[in-house]
Amino acid sequence: MATVSNIANANVANVAVRDLKIQLGANTVIDALDLDVRAGEFVVLLGPSGCGKSTLLHSIAGLIDVTEGSIEIGGEDMTWADPKDRRIALVFQSYALYPTMSVERNLSFALRINGTPKAEIARRVARASDMLQLGPLLKRKPSQLSGGQRQRVAIGRAIVREADVFLFDEPLSNLDAKLRTELRRELKQLHQRLGATMIYVTHDQVEAMTLATRMAVMKSGVIQQFGTPAEVYARPANLFVATFLGSPAMNLLNGALHVQGAGVRFAGAKLDLDVSQYAFGAQPDYGKPCVLGVRPEDVRVRIGADSNQRGQVSLIEPMGNHRVIWLDYHGTQIASIDQEKTPVAVGDSVAFAIDGAHISLFDEAGGARL
Amino acid sequence: MSTTLESSPRVSRRRHARRKRFSPSRLGIYGFLVIAALFFLLPLYVMLVTSVKPMDEIRLGNLLALPAHFTLQPWSDAWQSACTGLDCNGIRVGFWNSVRIVVPSTLFSIVIGAINGYALSFWRPRGAGVLFGVLLLGAFIPYQVMIYPMVRVLASVHLFSSLPGIVIIHTIFGMPVMTLLFRNYYAGIPLELFKAARIDGGGFWRIFFQLMLPMSLPIVVVAMILQVTNIWNDYLLGLVFAGTRNLPMTVQLNNIINTTTGEKIYNVNMAATILTSVVPLAVYFISGRWFVRGIASGAVKG
Repeated sequence: MATVSNIANANVANVAVRDLKIQLGANTVIDALDLDVRAGEFVVLLGPSGCGKSTLLHSIAGLIDVTEGSIEIGGEDMTWADPKDRRIALVFQSYALYPTMSVERNLSFALRINGTPKAEIARRVARASDMLQLGPLLKRKPSQLSGGQRQRVAIGRAIVREADVFLFDEPLSNLDAKLRTELRRELKQLHQRLGATMIYVTHDQVEAMTLATRMAVMKSGVIQQFGTPAEVYARPANLFVATFLGSPAMNLLNGALHVQGAGVRFAGAKLDLDVSQYAFGAQPDYGKPCVLGVRPEDVRVRIGADSNQRGQVSLIEPMGNHRVIWLDYHGTQIASIDQEKTPVAVGDSVAFAIDGAHISLFDEAGGARL
Repeated sequence: MSTTLESSPRVSRRRHARRKRFSPSRLGIYGFLVIAALFFLLPLYVMLVTSVKPMDEIRLGNLLALPAHFTLQPWSDAWQSACTGLDCNGIRVGFWNSVRIVVPSTLFSIVIGAINGYALSFWRPRGAGVLFGVLLLGAFIPYQVMIYPMVRVLASVHLFSSLPGIVIIHTIFGMPVMTLLFRNYYAGIPLELFKAARIDGGGFWRIFFQLMLPMSLPIVVVAMILQVTNIWNDYLLGLVFAGTRNLPMTVQLNNIINTTTGEKIYNVNMAATILTSVVPLAVYFISGRWFVRGIASGAVKG
């Protein structure tokens, strides 16, 4: 536990959610969910709206009653503990700053309630305001702050509490794009400085990819995959994760697997690809319909190559540092990310190659990774 | 170049501003409004004029005429020496009784309404919906129905015909509307604010006093106006529950007007009536802006 060297806070706690079930009214939002967050980790819960990620976060915070299961924070059973006793801090999407209090009093509210000595309050407020450059704003009311400043104050309120676990509920969603990237960086630096455990809910995959040490992709109350961003991106556990992550989304092609000599081939309606290098999770069911997924960056457009794998360029989206080239391949749109300024124009017929080492194969029926 | 660019929007803006101020339809609207205002102000005018005329002049019957001999004697009579039955101490007795009733009643009903509304919107105890429904139902039952039972209840705890008795009555009868008012106001406050305060360790009373109450100023003003006006204007409850020593100004006014020795002293009666209505009028004029603001903020956010 004490191996993390840059711990600024006294305590860094792990969070263990076991067999969690949450019912809101008649419908079950979360059922039999397990989640292990190690001490000092930055875990992002990612999913579309309504997938239960916020509900999970709020149940960890103690704001939603658990129907079944348990929640442990720092090895202590906190399932029924009062929110204030869980040693957590929660940052809301809507900032939830106390409108009648100045920034300073917003920051110190929790400490004033639990009777922290004045000198200690001053020390902690000063530390938080240094960290987030809130110094000049301390005397202002929340209504006199911009969106970014408000969210900084909300984060400061969490820091001041010196909580063991920081919870973030879509904290950047209300900000404009530029501020969002700025604060995202600040949050990552903050995590590095504090070394505290952080659980972060978002529907924004960029935030998830950039911030997380591990991320959990959720759908209808179930964690689809839990792993490092690189892992989840490169080896999605099922079709949902594959299509939810990445922009443009992963290209999907239907087909079936066949044994050919020593290798395995994927054969689609038109496509025929050697997938011998693919690391199958289990012995595949040959002949069964399956889906081949390939990231746009693993589709290479080749000018002048002699190949019968050809598509017609239907759209080119310049993104500044790269371009997305959309190919019409026998009625299927395939996206390719081009970094090399390949000279193509809309209407050209170009050859393309798929990197057989960087593909994903899914069962067509269940969507699970093969 | 730049000047032409700058001037063009200015020209168009001026054209918008220069709307005809006196078109026929405008005149019609103003004409109607002026007539309506005169119509409603006429009784007040008659009251004011009559209250500063000596009785000789009133007997002539020129209701709308301005006073020939201006006098403030009726006002001082009304305040100091008008007779209610046998006592001739003027309406000031009733005034101070009303103040003694209004101040604590308003205070208690607002505090209780605010706490109720706060608990119902944020803490949501079991059965809160039912409780709120019952409370609302109370607001729609004519209170005349409840007078007799309330008399019996108050008599049984020896509070009938006393100042605490009438204060309790006003607090109870004000509770449904006050609760509704505050509940709706708090419903417009994001729940996350409350959750944040809970995580920060706030309990029921601390969140109420340090967070919610300071945010409730606009609605407190609205509640205050409603309660002060309602309780000040109340006649029936005061007559029944206050007891003879605490009769409010409205009851006293009625007694003054009904007490006649010889002729009806119209000027004194008019002065007493205006004096009685001065408090709600003043409340309206002073805090009317707040009232609108409070109602609006409650409506928009809720």
